[in-house]
Amino acid sequence: MTDLSHSSNGRQQLLEISELSIQFGGLRAVNNFSLALKEHDLQGLIGPNGAGKTTVFNMLTGVYLPTTGQIVFNGVNITGLEPHSINQLGIARTFQNIRLFPNLNVLDNVRIAYHTHADYGLSDGVMHSRRFGVKERELTEKTQEFLSVFNLQDRQGEIAKNLPYGEQRRLEIARALAADPKLLLLDEPAAGMNPAESSQLMELIHFIRERFDLTILLIEHQMRVVMGVCEHITVMDFGEVIARGTPNEIQTDPKVIEAYLGPGTAALTEKFRRRREG
Amino acid sequence: MFKKISRDKVLFFGVSFLLLIGIQLLISAGIINNFWSTIIRLGAVYAMVSLGLNLIYGFNGQFSLGQFGFYAIGAYTAADITYRWVNEDSSLGLTVVLAVILLTGLAILGLRRVLSRIRGLDALSAFAVYLTAVLILGYVGLIVGKTIEPAVNSLLGVLPEALALQVVFIMAVLLAALVAAEISFLFGLPVLTLGSDYFGIATLGFTIIVKVLLDNSDTMLGFVEMKGARGMIGIPKITTWFWVFLFLIITVVVLRNLLHSSYGRAIVSVREDEIAAKTMGIDVANYKILSFVIGSLFAGLAGGLYAHINGFLHPNTFNFIKSFDPMIIIVLGGLGTLTGTLVTSFVWVLLLEGALRLVLPDGFETWRYVIYPLILLLVMLLRPKGLIGEYEFPFLRKVLPPLYIKKKASPDGNQLPTSSVDNAGTPEAAQ
Repeated sequence: MTDLSHSSNGRQQLLEISELSIQFGGLRAVNNFSLALKEHDLQGLIGPNGAGKTTVFNMLTGVYLPTTGQIVFNGVNITGLEPHSINQLGIARTFQNIRLFPNLNVLDNVRIAYHTHADYGLSDGVMHSRRFGVKERELTEKTQEFLSVFNLQDRQGEIAKNLPYGEQRRLEIARALAADPKLLLLDEPAAGMNPAESSQLMELIHFIRERFDLTILLIEHQMRVVMGVCEHITVMDFGEVIARGTPNEIQTDPKVIEAYLGPGTAALTEKFRRRREG
Repeated sequence: MFKKISRDKVLFFGVSFLLLIGIQLLISAGIINNFWSTIIRLGAVYAMVSLGLNLIYGFNGQFSLGQFGFYAIGAYTAADITYRWVNEDSSLGLTVVLAVILLTGLAILGLRRVLSRIRGLDALSAFAVYLTAVLILGYVGLIVGKTIEPAVNSLLGVLPEALALQVVFIMAVLLAALVAAEISFLFGLPVLTLGSDYFGIATLGFTIIVKVLLDNSDTMLGFVEMKGARGMIGIPKITTWFWVFLFLIITVVVLRNLLHSSYGRAIVSVREDEIAAKTMGIDVANYKILSFVIGSLFAGLAGGLYAHINGFLHPNTFNFIKSFDPMIIIVLGGLGTLTGTLVTSFVWVLLLEGALRLVLPDGFETWRYVIYPLILLLVMLLRPKGLIGEYEFPFLRKVLPPLYIKKKASPDGNQLPTSSVDNAGTPEAAQ
């Protein structure tokens, strides 16, 4: 196995995926996938379409049950847990095609993420007891404070589906962060964004990482974003890991070039490079 | 919770109280005749059934045609209890149902705590455990109920006759609701794991099963007094406007409170996007069950009240064609609105059972089933969001809380840098 301990400066191991595989009928969508994340890492996961990146995310969050392999998060084996319990342990995610609660307002979208911290019983909710009043107020104030971090506080009454695209993305990230996760999985956050918007996104990613002391794993197709923010990149193709390394190493890895541009292209680029040099 | 609500609260309860007392007085004074009084009581019953269904379908997104099954269960349960009290002078129905419900209910609540800790327990195994527990404790409850019957009989015998009947009636109605809720829990546990359409078919099957069982209640179930397909008679007619409307107000307030709490938001999030809700930490299966049970509870409650309006129950009242009625009402009134359902239920019953019957000449009563689909068609074409759109009574409306910001965010990185926010998302700014 390739060396996984690339950023070993005494930080705690947060996520360890070992030998993860999933089989859909006869198709092995992900095969022997391993990955390790230390606290405060910012790693990227790239690969051509259909390489199995989102499937890895779905297994991490419990949407799919891996056929073999195990996922250890923060010392707990989370393989086979329900998605909601995985989220409660501290893994949050966003989706490739934004999945907000479209007909609810911005405030409620985030308040739902706080549900497990609501701290009052069903009977309090039905009776609207004193405890409900106090806790609900706390929860709402916390949400509004949180929205103001993302500069969405003036939008709290807006219906989520009516927000512009960039704000929907921001809201989705805010919602994912509301329950105070340790690990954030971003699935193509820059999809459909123009260069200016994706620059803002990169700024946002750096900001939330510092502000919430997050570990981030990111799937992205826009190379500018990946190379701009990630410290370490894992490349997948046809369900397998084909390369790992820093952005610079990845850019020149012949296997990666081949995966993206087709067989033979690596040799070709090498030839061009030599001719230019020579 | 927030300041603005208190005025709306006063208004809502004031108007409700006026309607409660005012209409009851009009009925007592004979100004509203028997025909119309039956119609408006029926309207309130329909409102309860439909509000329950709206929680299941409109707010939780589970397409259910089983509402009338639970309505029927509630009706027959309550009717059997009061029937035995009035005609056989025995509280056997009351004590048995009470004992069974208490024991099985506690068992379910207890088991739920235990089973929720077991990792990876699938719904069918959980169902098997619950079912076993309910069957065993149901049998125990039956014996306990029979033993305490004489004691309860003499206890109720102390009260004046009219009062005792009222007590038995209210108990019967509440127990009917609980019976419906418990059955819906057991039924929902395995069935709610199905996807939405399949769930709809399964619940339709449930309504048909209930109807067939009621058709043969005297032979298959052994309740001779229910008289199977001949229809049950001899139920006391004691559902007054006061009781129906009181229970309707309770239903509305409970639903409104529930929906405006964190639990309500969790229920709605399941409708909005199940996968997103799951990954936000919402236990989706749990909230599907919760809304299904509460919705069925109100169906059972309404059934219990319905049984005592006409004093006559027939299985055909609960056939599956009829089970579309609440579905039509909530779609017509607007999915996910309480006010719409409330208003449409009354309009529906007043129009279909009341006004059209009077307006149409003799022999043409059946034409109302031609007229009402036409009305449906027109409403859906002209007002696709429901009869009164998204309007909610102020009390039932979600009130946006005032913006609360503790302190102005300092520029030390506590807030998202403004450069990435300036007109974010607008195309002009991006260029």
